[in-house]
Amino acid sequence: MSQVAEETESEAAAEAVVKKFMFVSRKAPYGTIYALEGLEVVLISAAFNQDVSLAFLDDGVYALLKGQQTKALEVKNFSPTYRALEGYDIEKLYVERESLAARGIREDQLIVPVQVVDAKEMAALMEQQDVIIGF
Amino acid sequence: MLHIVNKSPYEKSSLTSCLAHASKGSALLLIEDAVYAATKGNSAEADIRRATQELTVYALGPDLEARGVRASIVDGVKVVDYGGFVDLVAEHRTNQSWL
Repeated sequence: MSQVAEETESEAAAEAVVKKFMFVSRKAPYGTIYALEGLEVVLISAAFNQDVSLAFLDDGVYALLKGQQTKALEVKNFSPTYRALEGYDIEKLYVERESLAARGIREDQLIVPVQVVDAKEMAALMEQQDVIIGF
Repeated sequence: MLHIVNKSPYEKSSLTSCLAHASKGSALLLIEDAVYAATKGNSAEADIRRATQELTVYALGPDLEARGVRASIVDGVKVVDYGGFVDLVAEHRTNQSWL
């Protein structure tokens, strides 16, 4: 095999690498910009054909609450954007059971379908990742 | 004295600290992420209920609405709008922000 052919092949292989990315959201919406910025990074990541999942724990679960109305705050209500993730093939949304329970939130109060997992399962999911980015 | 808290009770100890230092008859205003403290099921619910016995506790309506939690407010907590916020600051001789 010529050197050129070899390089072309390795470039193609590099392009095909799919890594497991997990974005971990731990902040409430609006009080800080983390939840919104995190969501934007997730949307950008969709362009790279990676294996993306989202984890919501601690105050991060508040971002998924239904019924947010931000008109008086004069900021964008970005909660409906979580519904758009499905359209980008981002369908692995994990929410920690303990975080919901500690805040009196039920699964049916969330704006998107999610998989509720306990902390131990969440830890196992984190262990499976190649890259974890926290917000 | 008007005490103002703006952080989630899970995020910072500012609410706990504020409640430990607020004298009877004072006012407490919860704004931004601190409004979660005044919602049913939050770990701070019991503290807020207790606080309403000695303090007048307020939460900022626009912040409750933005977060979708207006309906789950703890009984005894009064909801104020931005005008009410200004009134509270004007009515009290001093105010303290627990950042």
